[in-house]
Amino acid sequence: MSVKILTKHFGIKDSHKINVYMKNGGYKQAEKALKEMKPEEILEEVKKSNLRGRGGAGFPTGLKWSFVPKDTGKPVYLCVNSDESEPGTFKDRHILEKDPHMLIEGIIITSYTIGANEAYIYIRGEYYPQAIRLQEAIEEAYQKGFLGENIFGTGYKLDLKIYRGAGAYICGEETALLESIEGKKGKPRLKPPFPAAVGLYDCPTVINNVETIADIPTIVEKGGEWFASLGPERNGGTKLFAVSGHVNKPGVYEHEMGYPLMKLINEDAGGILDGLKLKAVIPGGSSVPILRAEECDINLDYDSVMKAGSMLGSGAVIVMSEKTCMVKALSRLIHFYKDESCGQCTPCREGTGWMLKIINRIIAGKGRKEDVDTLYYIAKGIMGHTVCPLGDAAAMPVISFINKFRDEFEYYAINKKSMVE
Amino acid sequence: MGEKIKITINGKELLATPGKTILQVAEENGIEIPHYCYHPGLPVAGNCRMCLVEVEGARKLQTACSTKISDGMVVRTNTPQVRETVKQVLEFLLINHPLDCPVCDQAGECGLQDYYMVYGQYDPKFIENKNKKSKKATPIGKYVMLDQERCILCARCVRFTRFITKTEELGIFNRGDHSELDVYPGKELNNRYTGNLVDICPVGALTCRDFRFQCRVWYLEEFDSICPGCSRGCNIKIYYNPHRPHKAEGKRVLRFKPRPNLKVNRYWMCDDGRYGYKFIDENRIMYPLLKENGKQSEIYYDEALKKFADYLKENIPDRVIYLLSANSTNEELYVTKKFFVENYELENIFLPAEDIFTGDKDDLLITEDKHPNTNGVKAIFNILYKDFIKLDELREMIERKSISLLIVNRHELLDEVLEYVRENNVKLVYLGTNFNKTAKVADLVIPISVFAEKEGSFINVDKLFQMFTSRLEPLGVSVPEWVLFNNLSEILEYPLSYSSYKTVLKQMISEVVGFKNIDLNNFDKYGEMVEL
Ligand SMILES: Cc1cc2nc3c(=O)[nH]c(=O)nc-3n(C[C@H](O)[C@H](O)[C@H](O)COP(=O)(O)O)c2cc1C
Ligand code: SF4
Ligand code: SF4
Ligand code: FES
Repeated sequence: MSVKILTKHFGIKDSHKINVYMKNGGYKQAEKALKEMKPEEILEEVKKSNLRGRGGAGFPTGLKWSFVPKDTGKPVYLCVNSDESEPGTFKDRHILEKDPHMLIEGIIITSYTIGANEAYIYIRGEYYPQAIRLQEAIEEAYQKGFLGENIFGTGYKLDLKIYRGAGAYICGEETALLESIEGKKGKPRLKPPFPAAVGLYDCPTVINNVETIADIPTIVEKGGEWFASLGPERNGGTKLFAVSGHVNKPGVYEHEMGYPLMKLINEDAGGILDGLKLKAVIPGGSSVPILRAEECDINLDYDSVMKAGSMLGSGAVIVMSEKTCMVKALSRLIHFYKDESCGQCTPCREGTGWMLKIINRIIAGKGRKEDVDTLYYIAKGIMGHTVCPLGDAAAMPVISFINKFRDEFEYYAINKKSMVE
Repeated sequence: MGEKIKITINGKELLATPGKTILQVAEENGIEIPHYCYHPGLPVAGNCRMCLVEVEGARKLQTACSTKISDGMVVRTNTPQVRETVKQVLEFLLINHPLDCPVCDQAGECGLQDYYMVYGQYDPKFIENKNKKSKKATPIGKYVMLDQERCILCARCVRFTRFITKTEELGIFNRGDHSELDVYPGKELNNRYTGNLVDICPVGALTCRDFRFQCRVWYLEEFDSICPGCSRGCNIKIYYNPHRPHKAEGKRVLRFKPRPNLKVNRYWMCDDGRYGYKFIDENRIMYPLLKENGKQSEIYYDEALKKFADYLKENIPDRVIYLLSANSTNEELYVTKKFFVENYELENIFLPAEDIFTGDKDDLLITEDKHPNTNGVKAIFNILYKDFIKLDELREMIERKSISLLIVNRHELLDEVLEYVRENNVKLVYLGTNFNKTAKVADLVIPISVFAEKEGSFINVDKLFQMFTSRLEPLGVSVPEWVLFNNLSEILEYPLSYSSYKTVLKQMISEVVGFKNIDLNNFDKYGEMVEL
């Protein structure tokens, strides 16, 4: 049995209610943190824990917090990223639905640590029931005095507000998210400056993923070293893996960092649908390079997946069986990024639209052999040349799909039909 | 200035001021880095991606427009990777562009054309249908036409309306490759600086409704000048067409554009000034007119001068009034003073103040004094605002002083004054550039050349002495006022004997007290402060 941190209450009836949460030890860590620990001590534990951001980039959380400048005279904000809109990624919603108080407790501890008195949860527009549940949980926490003025009698004050997005994937990018909260169009900002120094309303701001923050109470409870011991070096804790695609039991599974990918697919997710063979896996959400079946014998932690030529990203594992047409699969992804490009920078705006036109033309039976090279050329022209990582996210699947399945693309372009269907 | 730091661009070691960006330092040192969204007068956006350069130690190419320099930084703008990237960004910008330069008014001064020739020249790979945009050649304000299919979404115009005029009429709507630049629904461009949008738009998306299709830009020539529209004295370029006058019905000047001057107008000018250029070629007084038996008719210039001299001799100075113009150049005012005050001993010499205190001004450039050189009048005639007279006091003054000769430089007199003058046989001499009601009833009209036809200087609202040149010939027989009074002085036999504009300028600088700090051999082209 794996250690459970994030899903440990999922089986309990009414786990989203504050009384149930408290009966299981909830809010004790926030109380301990505020009453007994200095912010620096908490920061130290988080650093020791090797917790890395669960939103996709895997940036060390403690290090990120330490970038917040002290004594600027400006307020500090915490923004929790609950935009979860990437294809394949559906893990944070489970925390929002089944354990919103673990998130709120994490927010209290984090805010106290970074010196914020105001925090926002930015929640994707389509997560309407989740937003209501979260709002109810926030109200419960206010009633108990865990939010608002003088929390646990310590004099510490924290206000927590929900900000609902309006349906744009790009608003999950941290600076677009800030623009959106400020009431502007969700357009990523140029970096530097980074949000830790110039963030929400130009004030120091920390942005973290829901899952990242939900880990914090446990780190306070059991200590950074314990958390770090759960995974391999530099990869602390457990991770929620959202498995989707051609498996028998798609769903969210929690495991220690470094859990084997094939075990996740074959044991947790019940193997490939219809007894078919595995063809490929996108191991970290739609934005990362695809792996061929023979490359999938790897462990799921940031460094191992990186070594295999992909990324752990958000931990969304998209599984494709031998019957999958890679041309069509890629066209779905390009379509998504073309629709979601904010359009401010040239390569992403123009490149995604151009790629979609080409791949749709290939699928419509009007392809030419050189189209495959053009697709590759466009993706290379986007890669690394854009304001925000959405450009890379659009380019990486194209580059990796073509690198790994070029024959299928050329076959489709020349023969006007899919090689596998 | 503080410490300079060392940075290397393309192998060249440069010293630069910390805080600047790579692009700024490159430009200062004559190294071109292509860019569209960057404009020195606007906040950095970093969205066009044309300025990507290699910075040693950085994982990816960096945008030169937004990357601040640091000590020891090593930058390369000409590696194969950089060149390939710039070429591809340009290709991206052009895939949905109509590529119909022959019917585009921007052709010849278009950023896409220019960079394509230097950085583009690729084999086009795009064979798909182009995206459709919703607005083709649609007016979005009095002076501005929007053609969305030519827009490269650099957002310079959006930033201009947000940060410069703060009027926020423009935005980019939708997203991705269906993004469109437009005015907000139900709005139109409604600020007094809209012509600048045409200047800063690097492509043919925003064009000028006044200038569109009047002339291909390669037929135009240009020279530096100062806008005479108000006392700000915005630095401008005057564009004229010397090659095909028959196409323009004799109109020479086709547009003004601002010239950067950080001490005065930064990069901008107002629409009133910009579109005020038409008086240079329209409704001009070209030849002298003499009124006889109630009717004006053209006379030779020499005759007119003689007539003017006769008037001056026939009337004693006590009964003569001269109304100065704050549109005259310093040199003209100086010779006017020599002639009328020092030689003719005229005391009744005034600057009417009717349109100096209009109250129409803003925080950006527009000043309430709609003349370029009120401060020149103050410096040269040593008068203060309180000495200015109001045009509605004029009738009473004429009566009180039993005036018999009234000389008006460019002003439009009130009807009651004109009526009084006619009924009491006061001689009216009009010196001016363009016809107005006063010119039409004057006994003697003598043409003078407009600012764009002469060299000169103005002193702006901030006491900045600015010089300007000309490449246009005066229309008809008009001349600068200093020439006029120089000639008149010869007829009256107290010759001033100025042989050239330069001699006037030099003498004026050495004599006018407030100008003592000006050194003509070392004159700052952005203007010199004077004392009033
Ligand atoms: C296009 C785009 C979409 C993103 N969407 C999300 C998202 O939905 N949720 C999220 O937590 N992070 C998202 N991110 C990552 C965030 O920018 C940011 O790195 C993250 O929220 C930081 O939190 P962490 O350090 O806890 O991972 C997205 C990034 C990009 C470029
Ligand atoms: S990469 Fe795409 S989404 Fe990101 S800023 Fe550029 S256009 Fe917008
Ligand atoms: S209209 Fe011109 S200035 Fe405005 S965004 Fe488009 S290209 Fe840029
Ligand atoms: S000029 Fe630097 S990105 Fe446009």
